[in-house]
Amino acid sequence: MSVETPSRSVPAEQSPPVLPARRRRFQVLATSDKRWLMLMVGIPTVLHVMLVWIPMLFTVGLSFTKWNNLDPLTDITPVGFENYWVIFTIFDSRLFPALFNNLALMVFLFGCSAVGMLFAYLLDKNIRGTAIYQSIYYFPVVLSLAVVGFIWKSVMFSRESGLLNILWPGGPIDFVGDQTKIFQFTLPFFEFPLGISRNFAALLIAMAWRHIGYVMVLYLAGLKAVDPALREAAAIDGCNEWQSFRSVVFPALRPINVVVAVITVIEALRAYDIIAALNVPRGTEVMGTLVTSSLVGEGAGRVGIGSAYGVVLLVLCLGFIIWYVYNNFREDQR
Amino acid sequence: MIGKYHLASSSAGGARRRGFARRALVLGAIAVAGAGIVACGSDDDSDSSADTDTTDEAAGADLGTITLGSNYSDEVPRAALAAAVDACGLDVQINTVDHNTYQENFNTYVQQPDDVMAWFAGYRMRAFASRGVVGDISDVWQDLDGMSEGFKSASSGLDGNQYFVPLYYYPWAVHYRTSVFEENGYDIPTTWDEMMALAEQMEADGIVPFAAANDGRWPQMGMFDMLNLRINGYDFHVALMGGLESWEDDRVKAVFEAWEEILPYYQPDVNGRTWQDAATAMGNGDAGMYLLGTFVVDNFDPEAQADLIADIDFFAFPEINPEHGQDAVEAPIDGFMMAASPANEEGAKALLECLGSADAINAYLGVTPSVVGAHADTDTSAYNDMQRKSAELVGNAKYIAQFLDRDTDPDFASTVVGVAIADFLADPSQIDSILATVEAQKQTYEFE
Repeated sequence: MSVETPSRSVPAEQSPPVLPARRRRFQVLATSDKRWLMLMVGIPTVLHVMLVWIPMLFTVGLSFTKWNNLDPLTDITPVGFENYWVIFTIFDSRLFPALFNNLALMVFLFGCSAVGMLFAYLLDKNIRGTAIYQSIYYFPVVLSLAVVGFIWKSVMFSRESGLLNILWPGGPIDFVGDQTKIFQFTLPFFEFPLGISRNFAALLIAMAWRHIGYVMVLYLAGLKAVDPALREAAAIDGCNEWQSFRSVVFPALRPINVVVAVITVIEALRAYDIIAALNVPRGTEVMGTLVTSSLVGEGAGRVGIGSAYGVVLLVLCLGFIIWYVYNNFREDQR
Repeated sequence: MIGKYHLASSSAGGARRRGFARRALVLGAIAVAGAGIVACGSDDDSDSSADTDTTDEAAGADLGTITLGSNYSDEVPRAALAAAVDACGLDVQINTVDHNTYQENFNTYVQQPDDVMAWFAGYRMRAFASRGVVGDISDVWQDLDGMSEGFKSASSGLDGNQYFVPLYYYPWAVHYRTSVFEENGYDIPTTWDEMMALAEQMEADGIVPFAAANDGRWPQMGMFDMLNLRINGYDFHVALMGGLESWEDDRVKAVFEAWEEILPYYQPDVNGRTWQDAATAMGNGDAGMYLLGTFVVDNFDPEAQADLIADIDFFAFPEINPEHGQDAVEAPIDGFMMAASPANEEGAKALLECLGSADAINAYLGVTPSVVGAHADTDTSAYNDMQRKSAELVGNAKYIAQFLDRDTDPDFASTVVGVAIADFLADPSQIDSILATVEAQKQTYEFE
């Protein structure tokens, strides 16, 4: 190695063709280094392909077949696009409201992320008792969403004994069961209205309870990393609080913003556990519950249909991932 | 298709004792030679996962360990099943799984199951039997006495062989508190008109006539079943469940019209309420009547609320169509199936034969009296009033339905019918379009 290092600069001065220089640079890695590299890249790749790509391809493949998961594998019969035709025409009153719920959840969680950022910004100011506030806001994050669902169902939402119903003036509210839409609209070609039902709105509150704390912690860590000199400089230049945040702190938080955006989208698309914990009340269905109800329930026998729902979700995710990766590469090139 | 059957008391006689005598002989022989085996057998308690109860009885050691998959995960039924298995004197390892998880994962589990597994009679059993993933136990049934023809047909697959051993059943009926009825001078309604008049009277007295729940989207399936059985009769109900009749049929619409008549007398906001909350409303006297399985009493503490439990009684759902009267009752049967190729087949069959005996159910009922034994020789002397009435109700019925999600494709029941009922309860005026959706979605299912 000690011989190699100087030799790199010597031919560079003599401006030889680029190719040999590259070759020599590759040799910087010793054989053992290469082996380690292959292991470190290889093992995750193998695991990733085995645990993510292969099941994903199986799901796509199964979505074009008919199979109840009891019969032998030889009984899997191809049916072309029938499963997609079934979910887009016959079960359309399930599919589209579920998609709409996922979408609404995404918009809502972005709002929650903004609130989380605000909390982090305020707590970062070292106000008195900041550690206590942080613990309180962060507390729900240590709970699984399924547990959050149980807590809200029995402690807050229960029509007979829930805290919200006791404090609320006027009659009790059926937070879990009321599928009346708060707002709704009809699209052409749809026989049914789309919109947010009351019980889904209640669920959104429970999800916000957890999501805000999660995002807050991420931003708190990010804010600690922002160089205080930047803010001082902004203050000296006469920025007010908002200007300093908008033009100095927020841009400096860019890496955290990207992470939070990704987490928010993922949370919105994979939403399942809290809804399942509440027994999937009518009106709160999301893609995750549609997939599992056809795939894992005792009824099953509908592997093709469940897979087709899964593929719809997959296409949505892919759309987001492609957008994200494309943007990232463009940033890197700049 | 679900065969129709009715319960007739089985023929008593010498044959009934045959199975028992043979078992006693075997047990006796082992008891004589068994002292040494006891010492050997007690060493192998290596498996001690949290969910495993091992019943190590020396008498059954010659059959080896038998594994039993169980969804009796609540405290009381779990203890009751352990007692029933204890009564068999076999070396059984019970693997208990939370009952929701067990049922949700049953399709996967049944492909590599324990030797014997807890399950339900009817369509839900037949679906697995016709796919060959559970074992034929017709030979066990030959030694099984004290099971009526009704139970036998409920345990049979489409091929006529038996795949299931019943343990107990529990009827669905309209529950009420005797004291509430006595104080207010209410009579038990036997016809639809009487029930509607009673509901009106209750409302005038400040009592909500019907406690009602639908969280999980199954409790109100019971109301659909009862209305359909009363209005259209058992044969139509079975044909509808088997996918042979249209959901847009006027007879189905008649069911929902009747339902709409009693909806105003329901507790408000049915869809979000758990069956336990509704039971509490009936228990504290806020609501007058409650259509549910007899397990409704499980909502109350057997010791602290013993008086309340004793105060709860039930009556059969009133007659609507005189042609059908009250001839049908809904009584889900719980019991056991055998794996298609159990590790210990001999032991599994011995265990199933024992679980189908009076000894096992008597031991079970010794722990919890909320159900009724399937065996004809079940010790009824210890029955409380509710059990006695349950047995009578089912014994007098001409037809026995299981329950909507046990009588048809379970996925169709939960994702299509369950949703339709929830939508109907939220907005009854939409029933025509709801039923049209059900019928369209039904076409995508293949019924047995």
